[in-house]
Amino acid sequence: MTTLVGDGLRLAYGDRVVAEGFDITLPAGKITALVGPNACGKSTALRALARLLTPAAGAVYLGDAPIADFSHRELAQRLALLPQTPVAPDGITVRDLVARGRTPYQRWWRQWSRADEEIVDRALAATGTAELADRNLDELSGGQRQRVWIALALAQQTPVLLLDEPTTYLDLAFQVDVLELVAELNERNGTTVAMVLHDLNQACRYADHLVAMRAGTVVAAGPPAEVVTAELVREVFGLECRIISCPVAGTPIVVPEGRSRRGRPRVSPGQEVRLT
Amino acid sequence: MSVRPAPRGVATAAAHRLAAVRARRGRWVGWEIPPFGGIVRPRVVTVFVVVLGLAAAALVASVSIGQFPIPVGDVVRALTGTGGADAALIVRELRLPRALTALLVGAAFGLAGALMQAVTRNPLASPDLIGISAGASTGGVAAMLIGGVTAAGAGSYPTVPFGALVGAIVAATVCYGMAFRDGTITGFRFVLVGIGVQGALTALTGWLLARADINEASRAMVWLTGSLNGRGFEHAWWAGLALLCCVPPVVALIRPYQLSQYGDDTARALGVPVDRARMLLLLASVVLAAVATAAAGPVGFVALAAPQIARRLTATADLPLLTSGAVGATLLLLADLAARLVLAPIELPVGVVTGAIGAPYLMWLLTRAHQSGRAG
Repeated sequence: MTTLVGDGLRLAYGDRVVAEGFDITLPAGKITALVGPNACGKSTALRALARLLTPAAGAVYLGDAPIADFSHRELAQRLALLPQTPVAPDGITVRDLVARGRTPYQRWWRQWSRADEEIVDRALAATGTAELADRNLDELSGGQRQRVWIALALAQQTPVLLLDEPTTYLDLAFQVDVLELVAELNERNGTTVAMVLHDLNQACRYADHLVAMRAGTVVAAGPPAEVVTAELVREVFGLECRIISCPVAGTPIVVPEGRSRRGRPRVSPGQEVRLT
Repeated sequence: MSVRPAPRGVATAAAHRLAAVRARRGRWVGWEIPPFGGIVRPRVVTVFVVVLGLAAAALVASVSIGQFPIPVGDVVRALTGTGGADAALIVRELRLPRALTALLVGAAFGLAGALMQAVTRNPLASPDLIGISAGASTGGVAAMLIGGVTAAGAGSYPTVPFGALVGAIVAATVCYGMAFRDGTITGFRFVLVGIGVQGALTALTGWLLARADINEASRAMVWLTGSLNGRGFEHAWWAGLALLCCVPPVVALIRPYQLSQYGDDTARALGVPVDRARMLLLLASVVLAAVATAAAGPVGFVALAAPQIARRLTATADLPLLTSGAVGATLLLLADLAARLVLAPIELPVGVVTGAIGAPYLMWLLTRAHQSGRAG
């Protein structure tokens, strides 16, 4: 169980400062969701946590140690990242791709071994992609492909897993599929997970810890049920909404105000909403 | 899955035997040859060996075939010093240096192309298309024209590799610097910038030639087309030296080389020091392309085509590095043989042959890249 903490980060691409004095904590063994409007710096924050972006000031700590102190290999054994739009060479098979996840453990004197093969098999099985092992990545559906990329991160066997918009470009069933998989992995292995999500309702449903960001600052952080209020949504997204309770999980659901469908009366805030 | 490290015992037990590796469903993967080979895929090894054999056959054919045909047996005898004087002269002094130069230059171009295409993730990013060979040409021509004043004939040659190296590195630095944005280079930008650099350098070479003495200029022109005519051991030696210097570090960086084809973020997340590896691999590519250009002129399309041919032969997703070199060597040897035979007794510069074959290939690649949107 490992926490990942960003402390007083100043995040910038060249002269363009994205965040200043930015603090973030990913609680150990929990799923953290980063939410916020487009271009609020969520992906940038995740990149800084994964050391893909070096902060101009401040430091990221993995457990007690600053991640700047780890070697490339050591960090890759502790922290896995699924980029937003990962690329792979044309025609690679699923198994070959997932096998790349063992790279941080290999040296020229310790090459591919049976243990690696078994770990790759387990990663394939855990993500339900064992049946696809010999297929080409290009042939798979978006949801299957995302599962394979998660299997690659799993084969790295890291205590921390970062996912940058894992549900983007997927249809609803696949989105739920991927989020269920992440939740399952978190429960089974105690992996510390952080993911950038666009859908606030999914974030509330699957995250233990929610970080709401706006314009490079953390507006609120905590369990979704405590954090997500109509005021927060107004502040973060500039959207008027009501919060109702999810009939399945009891987590908050954000229902935007705005027009109702033509010819139907709007339900006033006090009125009871009947769920069928 | 547990996050504990893999049990050591399994790894070490497996590390002491050559074993057939089977995947879960019994699919045969290949042989496991610890501690060096990892999993050896039979097809990749077979293709590499076959292509090497082809290269060797082309080398022998290249030495054996010509206006004065020498049977293969006599070639061997000439090399071992037991043959007749005529054959020995032709083989040792004329044909072997030329064939060896073709072999080594072709290998260098093949490797240079594979390195650059892999690192930039773009099949169009080949040294001969994006200004690296053009830089080497400009440097080489400058060295010839400056060095040629004092030395007669091919005597100006010793300065050419240095001129070519300087020119190529300057061109590569300009391409890299201009394509670099937000901490990374994208293959697409690299190619576009490179085409611009190529244009500027071609103009510069033209200007140098226009100012030069007509005899010097015509000699430089032949070199610029890409020719293996009259190449001696000194040319082969330079190309061999470049290969000796570049191949071991590149092989040591084989894993970053492979992972560079997966994008910067994925490669970094898997523990590859991307920036350092990219610089080293590109540098090796530039050095190989420059020295190969110095030896044979900017022979086009070998660096472009060899890695893609190699990839199709091995049927791997990655560009196979060493196979690309072997394919490059075979291609150039065969092209040179064709250049000598097609219009015999007139001899074409080898660059004309590679151009005639390579240009249609480039067009095909461009239309295909456009269709699948993969050029970027």
